[in-house]
Amino acid sequence: MLEFLARRLLVALLVCVTVLTFAFALTRLAGDLAISIAGAQATAADIEIIRKAYGLDRPILEQFFDWVGRAVVGDFGQSYFFRERVSKLIVDRLPITLTLGLVGLGIALVVALPLGVISALNEGRLADRLISVVALLGQAMPSFWLGLLLMITLGLRLGWLPISGTGTWQHFVMPGIVLAFSAIPALMRLTRSGMIDAMGSDYIRTARAKGLSRASILLKHAARNAAMPVVSIAAVQFGFMLGGSIVIETVFALHGVGFLAWESISKNDYPTVQAVVLLLAIIYTLLTLAADLLNAVLDPRLRAS
Amino acid sequence: MTALLEVEGLEISFGSLAAVRGASLQVNKGETHCLVGESGCGKSVTALSIMGLLARNGRRDARVLRFDGTDLLALNERAMSRLRGNRLAMIFQEPMTSLNPAYTVGSQMIEVMQRHRGATRAAALARAEELLARVRITSPGMRLGQYPHQLSGGLRQRVMIAMALMCSPELLIADEPTTALDVTVQAQILRLLSDLQKDLGLAILLITHDLGVVARTAHRVSVMYAGEVVESAPVAQLFTKPMHPYTRGLLDCVPVPGKVRRDQPLGSIPGMVPRMTQSFRGCAFVERCTLARPDCAGEIVRHRLAAQHDYLCQIPPDRVTAP
Repeated sequence: MLEFLARRLLVALLVCVTVLTFAFALTRLAGDLAISIAGAQATAADIEIIRKAYGLDRPILEQFFDWVGRAVVGDFGQSYFFRERVSKLIVDRLPITLTLGLVGLGIALVVALPLGVISALNEGRLADRLISVVALLGQAMPSFWLGLLLMITLGLRLGWLPISGTGTWQHFVMPGIVLAFSAIPALMRLTRSGMIDAMGSDYIRTARAKGLSRASILLKHAARNAAMPVVSIAAVQFGFMLGGSIVIETVFALHGVGFLAWESISKNDYPTVQAVVLLLAIIYTLLTLAADLLNAVLDPRLRAS
Repeated sequence: MTALLEVEGLEISFGSLAAVRGASLQVNKGETHCLVGESGCGKSVTALSIMGLLARNGRRDARVLRFDGTDLLALNERAMSRLRGNRLAMIFQEPMTSLNPAYTVGSQMIEVMQRHRGATRAAALARAEELLARVRITSPGMRLGQYPHQLSGGLRQRVMIAMALMCSPELLIADEPTTALDVTVQAQILRLLSDLQKDLGLAILLITHDLGVVARTAHRVSVMYAGEVVESAPVAQLFTKPMHPYTRGLLDCVPVPGKVRRDQPLGSIPGMVPRMTQSFRGCAFVERCTLARPDCAGEIVRHRLAAQHDYLCQIPPDRVTAP
């Protein structure tokens, strides 16, 4: 188990180093930063001043190591657009994104897991087909449209939930539902196929031959073996919810990290862009690591190899 | 001799396919009853249907299906699960996949006793350790904490046997328990089953296609063909006086040292077990039988050679046993 852990941590570290390099390189590849910061009306002299002021005249490697040296201690410099420390921007906005992501993941799991199990136990019957059709429709529905629909019905007509802002927990329910919607079909399908595989396996036949209760067969023997692919995809979906919720954050006026990423990219605020890209990459890496560890806890064979 | 398991007129179908067509057999207390036949003859589904473990699309019907006087046909799933693993247990052909990879040997063994006997964890663990030693597994205490992937096929099958014995069942159904194992391990497992049976007074319904296994272990044999029991007899009777042409054919396929000469070709039965429907009448073996007559397509009556020996064929006995 220790060897397994050490190997996974090493891989995670390598991924972070790679992302660090790419985050830096991509912003430089996008063109001359001094020109884009200075704007369309700037003279050559202005651009030179900006180049000096931001240290862009230094050799590229020096800039890189300077940035990495600061980044590892959490200093991402000053945002060009927001006139604030980048680290403060992120610390302010991360809780909103995390809350939204957790609410979304929670709703997705609460809906997808039981539906997947029900579908698997009724394979080929009406309930299974009905659930598949609903999942397909869900997958095909654009999330901004669903968001607007919910705002009109739950928010405006019925007045049950606030339609924008971040004041209370109720503010996160509607965006959470919309976010969950895109994750539900994949989670449900994997739960379904995992459960079908498990229920048809020899060890489930053994469990039945032992006269175990239905609950024990389903929850102890089948679910644990069906859980592994679901854990992996749930981690990816959670990462996606944290990084890719730009549309939903815009629709519901939630100023989280996704919104910040979009704003900073459109404003050429490259210290912020670099920091956000790095942060999301680290979150993804940590989530994958967590999923691997959880799977190793679930399946003893993974610990051995 | 008292009957423990009585099966009469068992019919199992999957859609239009008839897997078992009116099979009857009886397993007495403390005896080993071998159910023999080639692949697809319906022996495994017969075993599964007795346990109530048929797949969802399987239909089971019978005139009689009794275990120790209890009518199994009348039991619902809940009552049946109270018998399974408790008074009747089953082990399977696939030792590599029959244990749950996610749980330790100990955890899988104790849950049987916790479920049926309400045993404490400590008591169940003690029983599990005792049984692992009983099936001749070395350092049983250490094995309890191991996972299935850490054990060989032979060891896993021993664990399956030990697990089946947790609640001291009266009947053990073993579906080709040695087919997937090495020859040396096969012999060990068979000897183990015979010993357990003598010591514990266990009745065993042993499903096999291997007549060598039958000769070594069985008290009584039922030969199955295309979903019917075509012949049933005490083991010595069946080997010396096979009455059904199919039984005869099976015996001819086995080389007997000293009897079969090296240059003499082994017997074989041409063709395969046909797919049957429940409406089929007549002898199912007729297509492959060298002695078939026109009236074999009509209704066949069960004949009785001795009190314990019956068979499903109308060809005069002298023609079948003649070389």
